[in-house]
Amino acid sequence: MPAPIRLRELIRTIRTARTQAEEREMIQKECAAIRSSFREEDNTYRCRNVAKLLYMHMLGYPAHFGQLECLKLIASQKFTDKRIGYLGAMLLLDERQDVHLLMTNCIKNDLNHSTQYVQGLALCTLGCMGSSEMCRDLAGEVEKLLKTSNSYLRKKAALCAVHVIRKVPELMEMFLPATKNLLSEKNHGVLHTSVVLLTEMCERSPDMLLHFRKLVPQLVRILKNLIMSGYSPEHDVSGISDPFLQVRILRLLRILGRSDDDSSEAMNDILAQVATNTETSKNVGNAILYETVLTIMDIKSESGLRVLAINILGRFLLNNDKNIRYVALTSLLKTVQTDHNAVQRHRSTIVDCLKDLDVSIKRRAMELSFALVNGNNIRGMMKELLYFLDSCDPEFKADCASGVFLAAEKYAPSKRWHIDTIMRVLTTAGSYVRDDSVPNLIQLITNSVEMHAYTVQRLYKALLDDISQQPLVQVSSWCIGEYGDLLVSGQCEEEEPIQDEVLDVLEGLLVSNLSTPVTRGYSLTAIMKLSTRFSSVNRIKKVVSIYGSSIDVELQQRAVEYNALFKKYDHMSTVVLSKSSLFYRFNLHVLYYLVSLLFQANDLLDLLGGNDVVPVIQTTLPTKPASAGGELLDLLGDLSLSTYSKNGLKIEFTFERANPNPNIAVITIHATNTTEADMTEFVFQAAVPKTFQLQLLSPSSNIVPALNQGSVTQVIRVLNPQKQQLRMRVKLTYTHKGSPVQDLAEVNNFPPQSWQ
Amino acid sequence: MQFMLLFSRQGKLRLQKWYVPLSDKEKKKITRELVQTVLARKPKMCSFLEWRDLKVVYKRYASLYFCCAIENQDNELITLEIIHRYVELLDKYFGSVCELDIIFNFEKAYFILDEFLLGGEAQDTSKKNVLKAIEQADLLQENRPRQFFFLSAQLTTEKPL
Repeated sequence: MPAPIRLRELIRTIRTARTQAEEREMIQKECAAIRSSFREEDNTYRCRNVAKLLYMHMLGYPAHFGQLECLKLIASQKFTDKRIGYLGAMLLLDERQDVHLLMTNCIKNDLNHSTQYVQGLALCTLGCMGSSEMCRDLAGEVEKLLKTSNSYLRKKAALCAVHVIRKVPELMEMFLPATKNLLSEKNHGVLHTSVVLLTEMCERSPDMLLHFRKLVPQLVRILKNLIMSGYSPEHDVSGISDPFLQVRILRLLRILGRSDDDSSEAMNDILAQVATNTETSKNVGNAILYETVLTIMDIKSESGLRVLAINILGRFLLNNDKNIRYVALTSLLKTVQTDHNAVQRHRSTIVDCLKDLDVSIKRRAMELSFALVNGNNIRGMMKELLYFLDSCDPEFKADCASGVFLAAEKYAPSKRWHIDTIMRVLTTAGSYVRDDSVPNLIQLITNSVEMHAYTVQRLYKALLDDISQQPLVQVSSWCIGEYGDLLVSGQCEEEEPIQDEVLDVLEGLLVSNLSTPVTRGYSLTAIMKLSTRFSSVNRIKKVVSIYGSSIDVELQQRAVEYNALFKKYDHMSTVVLSKSSLFYRFNLHVLYYLVSLLFQANDLLDLLGGNDVVPVIQTTLPTKPASAGGELLDLLGDLSLSTYSKNGLKIEFTFERANPNPNIAVITIHATNTTEADMTEFVFQAAVPKTFQLQLLSPSSNIVPALNQGSVTQVIRVLNPQKQQLRMRVKLTYTHKGSPVQDLAEVNNFPPQSWQ
Repeated sequence: MQFMLLFSRQGKLRLQKWYVPLSDKEKKKITRELVQTVLARKPKMCSFLEWRDLKVVYKRYASLYFCCAIENQDNELITLEIIHRYVELLDKYFGSVCELDIIFNFEKAYFILDEFLLGGEAQDTSKKNVLKAIEQADLLQENRPRQFFFLSAQLTTEKPL
């Protein structure tokens, strides 16, 4: 059998393949050869074959059949074999494979090998991919090597111990004695890896942290020597002595100084020294400064030092190197809460970073800018942020818009500014605002009562310019529907539209391709609402009836219901569509649902929202002697029922028969208030079982005056063609002493005369 | 450090070192996605990006991208120095290293990396020491290194790679 081709030869051959298929063919051929070679247990070429396999594995081809071969190589006496074998193990094996445990014995032997480079291979492999079981078995060996005087092995053992501790934290204790004089080493490799080991132990165990706190003076000394010592060619990087070690020591100091005053004080000087003396012209110096800043901010440093740290970050922001700017912004973001004022001083530089070309920098600058917005700088900051919103990439727009809304809500200097800002966001980034912004904005606009006219005018104008941004269109439609009367009534500052123009615009939305179904729903509802505010009711009726046969089911259903509203319940429409604050809290779907339920007079439970247990109010009937039919009318005329009395609110029902229809009972509710505060925004709602029909006329007012100084009356007409026992569920909402109150009640004890 | 990847501008993997246990499938997925993300970056962008819950530090040297994934508490700027140190070691070893050297001698690239980093951390901060160790280990190899092969073809029965 000819010798298997050499590794470099194979690589060369594979690289000549012109297509993926050609490559695959070569690979398959070679794999077959390798497989048979493995089967023959060929010791001479095993190393070469595994090396080739590793190359093919890197190209993405399966190589699992080489796993056992790696183990054989590791067990071999030849260094070349071991080198490739361990490499193969690290590349092909991981702790999921059962096979890997077979390595344990080999590694154990190699950890005690006479050649340090073999020991090194074993330590490296164990420290890179050793499983918990392997670590448990071999921890003792590692610990032994941690105490050796051979610095080549000692440094590797330290990092291997780190891995063991990560895998099996309980074993940490066993390494404690070996750490005793680790820091007295002169060898930088050992020092560096020891600091890493100590860091790992301190991060994992508060006890260890306490134990190692006493090392702070020693660490400070080492750091000082590094800075003060002259040029050391072996460890020099651009004029700085062993930056890797410096950074690691600073990180360990951070952990030791955290929440401990004494340690923090002990490191104050050296931190100040590093912060002021480190050369900043190259990345390596800045890396050290960066770590120093992180340490200063995390320990209990004095305020002067903290200001120094923030100023370093401020200088970083002006650095040409974008990497430096990036870490500065990241760090500032971490400290903006705790050192707000210090960070504020760098606000303009941060805002400038909004114009940076790098996406990550822009994002951080944006986050930081929002964190820095306060009542004093809101106007200036918002200008910058809105400008940013205009010009930034789409991936930022949603977050930026949300941020603007939040900041505006918190710090708006005036309502008009607030509305203007919202308008600006909607017009520049209207398609990116989040779905929940629309109801939130509607709520906001509702609450800014004095701005209604201004708002609706501006939104109307925006709509004239652009109907493509759905959230803008939705909010605008809603506003027009709600405040359309203000739009045409002469309250606007500029030229005002006439009713037909407004309806043109809304109808335009209904037919436009740009409008989503949700938007169409908004505009149809708006048109409908205008029927109680505009005089062109006929036109509105026409539009609504057209949409009664719309393909869009949602729209069709709405239109049909609205149509019915027109036909049957003129009074109802005023109630349903009036500016009752209650309805603002519903979204349109619930509103629509309520309306449809009132028509269909569904089951009692549905109207008032579910399966709540409702207290049934026992009413005492006024006893009246029964009399012959003829006197029925008179009796009924006097009939009244005290239905509800709670928290000072009292509701009484009085009954009449309607003429000419004897099937209709007319109930008048009288609401009175015995408390010393008015009950405002009072709304009475009622629901009846399926076989009845209910009509609620407009109430006399929404305010139940205090101390019985007056009452609110409202007429309910109940159609009872089947002469069934009347039952009614009642829902009351009002505001009392600033808090909203809501209550449900059931009325079951209507006097028979009222419904017979 | 969680892992280090070296790949060409066409997205071909030249070296992968994983310091966390992951299945082959996961490694392939991560590699594919990260390579795509890094290659899509424009030259003016900074060397750091957030990817999943990791920080990724990358730097391009000629036709090769060196890409490391580090943990949140790791220092990005010093990681750039670590990458640079590794490149310097390769450069010293191969003599003006280029991508081809790493392709044809990938196992050596690994040996050098494993002599510089262990478990994702630097073992030795002295360039000299790392290079010396590699040199000594190379001498232990029973086969002769490539440059000696032609001179001493019959000196040993051991076969070179």
